[in-house]
Amino acid sequence: MATIPIGADRTTAVVSAARRSYRALQTLPMIPLLILGVLASMAVLAPVVAPHSKLDPVKPTREQCLAKFNIPDCPYVDNAPPFWAAGGTLDTPLGTDSLGRDVLSRLMHGARISLIVALTGTLFAGAIGTVLGVLAGYMGRWWDEIIMRITDAWLTLPSLVFAILLSSVREPSLWNVVLILALVFWSRYSRAVRGEVLTLRERDFVKLAEINGIGKLTIIRRHLIPNVMNTVMVLFSLQVGVAVIIEASLSFLGFGVPPPEPSWGLMMAQERESLMEGRWWLEVFPGLCITMLVLSANMLGDWLRVRLDPQLRNR
Amino acid sequence: MAKPLLEVRDLQKHFAIGGSFFGRRRALVKAVDGISFTINAGETLGLVGESGCGKTTTSKLVLAAEAPTGGTIEFEGRAVAALRGAELQDYRRKVQVVFQDPYSSLSPRMRVGEIIGEPIKAHERLSSADVRARVAQLLELVGFRPDVARLFPHEFSGGQRQRLAIARALSTSARLVVLDEPVSALDVSIRAHIISLLEEIQQRLAVSYLFIAHDLAAVAHLSQRTAVMYLGKIVEVAESLELCAKPLHPYTKALFAASLPSHPDELREEIVLTGEVPSAVDPPRGCHFHPRCPFVMPRCAEHEPPLVELAAGHSVACHLY
Repeated sequence: MATIPIGADRTTAVVSAARRSYRALQTLPMIPLLILGVLASMAVLAPVVAPHSKLDPVKPTREQCLAKFNIPDCPYVDNAPPFWAAGGTLDTPLGTDSLGRDVLSRLMHGARISLIVALTGTLFAGAIGTVLGVLAGYMGRWWDEIIMRITDAWLTLPSLVFAILLSSVREPSLWNVVLILALVFWSRYSRAVRGEVLTLRERDFVKLAEINGIGKLTIIRRHLIPNVMNTVMVLFSLQVGVAVIIEASLSFLGFGVPPPEPSWGLMMAQERESLMEGRWWLEVFPGLCITMLVLSANMLGDWLRVRLDPQLRNR
Repeated sequence: MAKPLLEVRDLQKHFAIGGSFFGRRRALVKAVDGISFTINAGETLGLVGESGCGKTTTSKLVLAAEAPTGGTIEFEGRAVAALRGAELQDYRRKVQVVFQDPYSSLSPRMRVGEIIGEPIKAHERLSSADVRARVAQLLELVGFRPDVARLFPHEFSGGQRQRLAIARALSTSARLVVLDEPVSALDVSIRAHIISLLEEIQQRLAVSYLFIAHDLAAVAHLSQRTAVMYLGKIVEVAESLELCAKPLHPYTKALFAASLPSHPDELREEIVLTGEVPSAVDPPRGCHFHPRCPFVMPRCAEHEPPLVELAAGHSVACHLY
C-alpha cells in the first residue's frame, strides 16, 4: 500500500507555522484596525485624555471673552470654531458647541457610548438571531413555522416605532438602547441564518453525522454554527454601522441616551440647525466619527469573513 | 448456514408527490418497489443500475435514514425498524456509509482528526488520547501519515478525501459499510486505488459492503454477488463472475453491451436500448422493462415476471426464462 506523503516533519511544520503567522500579520487590514484602535482607545481612555469635561462648558480666557463679547469676563464662549479657523484656539481644537462645551472631549466620551451600544446591541441581536435561525432551519416543522412567522412579523415591524414603544415602557438609558437594538435586529440574523442552514443540512457531512447517530444539538454546535459564522460575521459588521445610526436616531428623538451624555448621534441631532448657520464643525466631526466607525467595521468584517473560512485562509 | 448479516425482504419505499393540503389525489413514486437481498458477514453485494432506479433510496433505507413503506430489514437477526434507543445507536455504530462526493461529505470547518474521531466520540467513551490513537491507526489503515489529522479537508485531493471518508466509516468498527458510488466522482486513475484499498480493508477487518455503483467493472471486481436494479426492482442477481460471463436479463445484457470492453478486439453482442427510463411515478404495467426491451413478448406487458432462481445463486425476473 503506497503511502502518499502529506504534511511535513516537525521542523518544517514549525517553520511553516511561523511563516503562516507572519503572512497573516501582513494580511491584517491595517487601516480599519488603526481606525478602530484609535476609536476604542479614545473610548477607554476618555476620562484620562479628554482635555475638558464632557458636560461642563470650557472656561474661556479673557482674550476670548473680549473677542467674542467685548467684556472681560464671561461664563463660556459658545460656537467657537476649530483651531485653524479665525477665532479658534488650540485649547478647544475642534471648537465648542452652542453651550460652550469642548467638541473633542465630547467626541471622546461619545465614542464610549456609541461603541458600547453598537457592539453589545448587535452582539446580542446576533446571538439571538443565530440561535433561532439555526433552530428554525435545522429542526424544521413546527420550530420553523413558529420562529419564521415571528421573524416575518418582526421584519414588518417599523423598527423605530417599536424602539420608541420599548423605550416608553422602560426608562431611557444606555442599556435600554442596547436592549432595543437586540430586539429589533435579531430577525435579520435569523432569516439569513435559516436560509444558510437549509442548504447546509442537505450537505453530506450533516447527513453523515445524522446517520452516525450524532445528536441534534451536537450537530448544531459542531457542524452548523461554525459553518454559518461567515454569514453572521458579515451581517454583524454591517449591522454595527446600522446600530450606530439607529442609536443616533433614537437619541435624536429623545428615546436613546438621555441628553447631557454625549453620544455621537445625539451631538449631531442637537446641533442640527448649526449646519445651516455655517457652524459645520458641530455636525461634521461627529458625522466623520460615525462614518469611520461604520466603514472600518465593514472592512474588518469582510476581512474576518475571509480569515474564518479555512478554504480561503491560506491563499 | 449461518444467518446473514443483513437480510432485506420485500423492501418498499413510496414517496407521495404533488399532494395538496386538501387531499387532492397524490401521485406515488415507487422508488423502491419490493426488493429482497441478503449480505453475509465479510461479503460484498454490488447493486447496479442507472440513475433514478432506486439505488440511493435503498441505501438510505438500509442506513435507517428513511423509514420503509413496506418490507423489513433485519440486521444480525433483528428488525431494524423496531430498534430504539441504545439498540438503534448500536445499529448506527455498526452500519456506516461512504458517500459519492468526498467534497461534501467532510465538514469544511473541522480538522481531519475531529472528522474521523466524531463517530468514535458519539458511540464510545474514550479519552481524547485514545481517540487520537485510534484516529492515527485509521489514518495509517487508509495510507496516510498520522500527522495529517491536524489538516483541513480542503488540503486534500478528491481521492485522498475519499480515503478519509473511508477511515471515518471504519472508525467505530462497522460491520457493514454502505458504499454509495464511492468512486463515481473520482478520476479513473484513482478509482482502482480506492477499490483495492476497499478490498484490502475487507480482507483485514472482515467487514461487509453494500457497494452501489453504475460502473459494472468496479462492481464486478469488488463484489462477490451483484444485483441489477431497474426502476425500483431487482431484475437479476448472480455471482459477479457468473453475471459477467452469462448475463440473462435483457437489461443486464444491455448494460454490459454499453460498458467499455476490456480489450478492443473483444466481440460483443450489441444491444442498443431506445428511449429513457420511464418515470417511477407511473411505471409501465407488467414487466417494467418491456417498453425498451428488444425481446419483448405480448405477455410482458400483462404480467410482471417474478424473480426466479434458475441456477444456484442466479435469479432473474424475465419471462424469457
